[in-house]
Amino acid sequence: MSEENLINIKINHKDLQVDKNLTVMQACEIAGEEIPRFCYHDKLSIAGNCRMCLVEIEKAPKLASSCTMPLMDGMSIITNSEKVKAGRKGVMEFLLINHPLDCPICDQGGECDLQDQAMYYGFDKSRYSENKRAVENKNMGPLVNTIMTRCIHCTRCVRFATEVAGVPEIGMLGRGENAEITTYLEKSITSELSGNVIDLCPVGALTSKPYQFKARPWELKRTDSIDIFDSVGSNIRIDSRAQEILRVTPRVNESINEEWITDKVRFNYDGYYQQRIDKPYIKKSSKLEPSSWSDAIKILKSKLKNSNPLALVGEHTDLETGFAIQKFMSHFGKDNIECRTDNQSILPILDSYRFNTPIVNIEDADLVILCGTNPKIESPIINHKIFKSYNSGAEVFNIGDDILLNYPTHYLGESLSELNNDLLKKHLKKATNPILIIGSGFLNQLNSNDTIKSLFSFASKNKIISDGKNNLNFLSPYASRVGQLLLGNTSPDNCQPYTKLKKKSFDTILSFGSEHIADSAFKESFKVYFGHHGDEGAMSADIVLPTPLYTEKNGIFINIEGRPQEAKKCHNPIGEAKEEWKILKELSNQLSLNFEINTFDELRQDLSHNYPNLVNFHEIIISSNKYEDQSNISFEGSSCIYPIQNFYMSDIISKNSKTMAKCVEDILSKPLLEKSA
Amino acid sequence: MSGNHPGLSNTFIHSGEKFEWSKENLQSIKKIISRYPSERKQSAVMPLLYLAQEQNDNWISIECIETIAETLSMPKIRVTEVASFYSMYNTQPVGKNLIQVCRTSPCWLRGSNKITDTICKETKCQINETSEDNLFTVVEVECLGACSNGPMIQINNDFYEDLDETSTKQIIDNIKNDLPNKVGSQKGRRSSENA
Amino acid sequence: MLKPQDRVFQNLHGQDDAFLEGARKRGSWSNTKEILSKEQNEVIELVKSSQLRGRGGAGFSTGLKWSFMPKDTGKQHYLVVNADESEPGTCKDREIIRNDPHMLIEGCLIASYAIQATKCYIYIRGEYHYEYLQLEKAIQEAYDKNLIGKNACGSGFDFDLYVHRGAGAYICGEETALLESLEGKKGQPRLKPPFPAGVGLYGMPTTINNVESIAVVPTILRRGPDWFKSIGKENNTGTKIFCISGNVNNPCTVEEEMGIPLKELIEKHAGGVEGGWNNLKAIIPGGSSTPMLAKDVCETVLMNFDDLRANGSGLGTAGVIVVNKDNNITEVIERFAHFYKHESCGQCTPCREGTGWMFRMMQKLVRGEISPEQIELLENVTKQVEGHTICALGDAAAWPIQGLIKNFKSELIKNYKKKLKAS
Repeated sequence: MSEENLINIKINHKDLQVDKNLTVMQACEIAGEEIPRFCYHDKLSIAGNCRMCLVEIEKAPKLASSCTMPLMDGMSIITNSEKVKAGRKGVMEFLLINHPLDCPICDQGGECDLQDQAMYYGFDKSRYSENKRAVENKNMGPLVNTIMTRCIHCTRCVRFATEVAGVPEIGMLGRGENAEITTYLEKSITSELSGNVIDLCPVGALTSKPYQFKARPWELKRTDSIDIFDSVGSNIRIDSRAQEILRVTPRVNESINEEWITDKVRFNYDGYYQQRIDKPYIKKSSKLEPSSWSDAIKILKSKLKNSNPLALVGEHTDLETGFAIQKFMSHFGKDNIECRTDNQSILPILDSYRFNTPIVNIEDADLVILCGTNPKIESPIINHKIFKSYNSGAEVFNIGDDILLNYPTHYLGESLSELNNDLLKKHLKKATNPILIIGSGFLNQLNSNDTIKSLFSFASKNKIISDGKNNLNFLSPYASRVGQLLLGNTSPDNCQPYTKLKKKSFDTILSFGSEHIADSAFKESFKVYFGHHGDEGAMSADIVLPTPLYTEKNGIFINIEGRPQEAKKCHNPIGEAKEEWKILKELSNQLSLNFEINTFDELRQDLSHNYPNLVNFHEIIISSNKYEDQSNISFEGSSCIYPIQNFYMSDIISKNSKTMAKCVEDILSKPLLEKSA
Repeated sequence: MSGNHPGLSNTFIHSGEKFEWSKENLQSIKKIISRYPSERKQSAVMPLLYLAQEQNDNWISIECIETIAETLSMPKIRVTEVASFYSMYNTQPVGKNLIQVCRTSPCWLRGSNKITDTICKETKCQINETSEDNLFTVVEVECLGACSNGPMIQINNDFYEDLDETSTKQIIDNIKNDLPNKVGSQKGRRSSENA
Repeated sequence: MLKPQDRVFQNLHGQDDAFLEGARKRGSWSNTKEILSKEQNEVIELVKSSQLRGRGGAGFSTGLKWSFMPKDTGKQHYLVVNADESEPGTCKDREIIRNDPHMLIEGCLIASYAIQATKCYIYIRGEYHYEYLQLEKAIQEAYDKNLIGKNACGSGFDFDLYVHRGAGAYICGEETALLESLEGKKGQPRLKPPFPAGVGLYGMPTTINNVESIAVVPTILRRGPDWFKSIGKENNTGTKIFCISGNVNNPCTVEEEMGIPLKELIEKHAGGVEGGWNNLKAIIPGGSSTPMLAKDVCETVLMNFDDLRANGSGLGTAGVIVVNKDNNITEVIERFAHFYKHESCGQCTPCREGTGWMFRMMQKLVRGEISPEQIELLENVTKQVEGHTICALGDAAAWPIQGLIKNFKSELIKNYKKKLKAS
């Protein structure tokens, strides 16, 4: 803060120097004065409608709403006078006259802004003797439950839908005391971020449908964790009771998800408990039958002796498991682990498979090029950041399919070679901070090593890479991918690694949560599935071993930017599930292979010893990768196949969620976004 | 009172028929949009709601909303908000003659109650009702801005002022008999001069 | 009393041709080019020195308001004329628009020139359909004769004028709600600051003036600020259109000298109170939101900004609503309470919830069902609304009730006791 931006003000007669660009409310917060509020939210535009944050400005005839009031030099603000107290008390009373007294049956009870503030600022009894207003509930889809009589018209949800989610579908109809919040014709909200309105609603008007009447906040055990259903690693809080997760909400992380999470991680938790593999299974006469750990290990021991196995690493695999796999597989030779079962092309450098622009900086872009990615489906948080950049004037270009996003794009064409498009060139010339995002849509189809090299050269020539700043981004939708690649859990081919692997022969396939075990190439192999959900992959296996879900063990994931974060255990594994490293340890013992780890702590210590930069939590890994500039830029004319078609059913856990199934039925079956500016 | 003023309902309904701008209205729309800055087409939403209402038997259906949203590249919820906020956009069908009786104090002091009673009796409509023959819809409204000529009513676009029970009945009778009515003061005033 | 030669609005009641030919005979457009050859600042100074105060209700100096507009910003400036006349008791702008629209159009041109606005919108209330047609016709005439448009009146100043119709929302008479409405949104008032002079229509510098304020400007510039100042008193100058409604023998609108005694206004122009002056109960002097005046005050009060203010009320829009003893004054206010409940935009809490609460208590008050304690509660609720809302509608809803209680509290209590006894 520079000197010239400072002004002198008084808050409750105490002198204070603050930035002149703050509002009165922000200055009061700096001074440690709590200002009650309902409509104000620091991620939304200022509405000033609840009038709860009234303060006195000396010499002003009326109380002022502090959230909207800019500071002025010499201003003297009073937050604790009788006039202020009376003002707030009055507003509080008005908010309550038509608000039902149904707190005992309201899901917001115990964590309700209205309840809390009524205690501090309100009257202790009602002076209102008229009937309370009744408002009909509105359908908002399978996720958001509405009890509109409780609505206090703060319009946070309206502003969220328009400004953050980028789907202007919620509005306030009518006027005066008949004003009502609704979606257009009570249709479901079509945003992947819609559940955030539940957290934003300061009262119990918008609550979680799946969580309805499930628990009271004080009964819940809180675990801080991360979202593993896309690759950004949104920070989440998981609320559980005994052996069951009842609710998932966001944790604030300004570097990643701010305070938003996707509807998938918020609502797919019922899928955690469906179709669970709870004990080992062994296939007998083409049917999987329940078995015991000892029998399963016995068979595995005999199969793995003198074997030539291949390990497939799935999309939800944590770093420790990947490290244990590596340890185990090293006894059988090399190039026998593959996490790129989608054929993602890479160069053997970190910068070629991560999102090099820090997520927090995406919104500063003035030009965004999407290549073979649908960020709305693959990474709603990144999509939100792009929407932010669009709102501050960025132009968005799209190459691949002409997909529908919640902001307008210039569609250039199907082929990667459209990067040479004249319109784009013209805009790139003017742009000062362009970013390029290459998605799996193209990355998984590439055949030539030169293509990624060409992308780097293209980026260098177009200010996308310059002055120590790298805005050439590679976006895989999978939470495990960057970490597993950093561990080197992949075969050496840059392009089409999996296709090439499938042509080799392996007598045993060990799948760690990868559904690719069911691929026909492995028809002749002996197949072992380590996982938690019984679907196609497990069904195709000869042995199925139960392993815990990410909420049932600790594990590190490195997000798409290269930021290590930890998912934490909320409750014990379901049934007889065992952590992968323990199984591999047992197998090693049986096979007399060296596996010197005895505890999870030892495993992590060994990991940090071997890969010290992968366990530096919350810091983006710094790369010193140098790229050779290629004078010859050529883009192959590959087709674009997006990795995810259905946001709500992108993985084996979500596929088992009834809530997600309802979303598919309710939201995806109807026309999605409609083109509107 | 039964039901709602058709202009103040938050419920929108389908007409069941496609709504497409008439040729003349397409011309008018071009002209209307040109009054506002080119990147501010949304400004035309109120004039377009009027055009749609005029073309659609004096009410705004969901089909009208969607056509307007498309014409102005506006989110449909924003058009809906506007249509529900302003009382002159009827979100429910109305009779051929929408009779609005001013009920606010200046008219009431001069007997607007009797005018309401006369109209209800003559049209056989209660307030907020449409007559069976669809000839009338009767509503009470707030001040229409002709206070020195009260009591007064508005029928569709026209003001009828300086009313009493006799002149009111005459106006209704004329409508029933398809006879023309003299707009404005029913006492022979030109406007609101002292007479 | 206003001398005939001092009348600004010579065709207020449509006795002559409303359009260009008639307007020209009355002096409109006679030397507009000459007026526009003055420096913009000079025009502002002249209007300022005439002490013209805004005729829309707040009574703020028109010239001073214009001087708040930033100069030479390179941005599009706007003049927006508030013709959303909706304050109960008010029907003056209607007469100007339908009977002498060129006064308004010429005023728009000159005012726009003064504030460097090349575009002006007149926001007319939707119900004024006939007035809208009259205005559109007059604007077309002005365009056809190049009085407005490119190089308006040959002045070198390019000026476009458009009419935008409201659609039944009293709140759009609040200047920032009006801007929202003009931008195609619900008419919900904006937060101030920023003020429209800095960030107004489409985010550009904007001045919003009432029809009457703008329509008198050409005459002020023609006859000079000193002439205008010679009518009325210091700071309460010029002529004013009064609308008289309610219990008078001849309700009417009339242009008079600012500051005419209220009693004279009623007796001379409106044929006196129905049933005689002694049958007078109270008068609401400036449109529904101004607190009522009891009979004794009505005897002497002058109809100008300062004297009405000193008597606990205001000139407002000069909509004079007369209530005699044959009517229930409580119901008059109850109907206003209904009006404000009906017209609240619903945006901010105290107004959305308070107007409904006040109305329901007023209903009970009409029926004599409110105890003295509850009357105090009602008064308390009006204070909880007043001063706590985004715009002035909250205040406007509170004041009439406060005025009623202030003037007739003992009578209200008497009614309650009578009702209690009867049951």
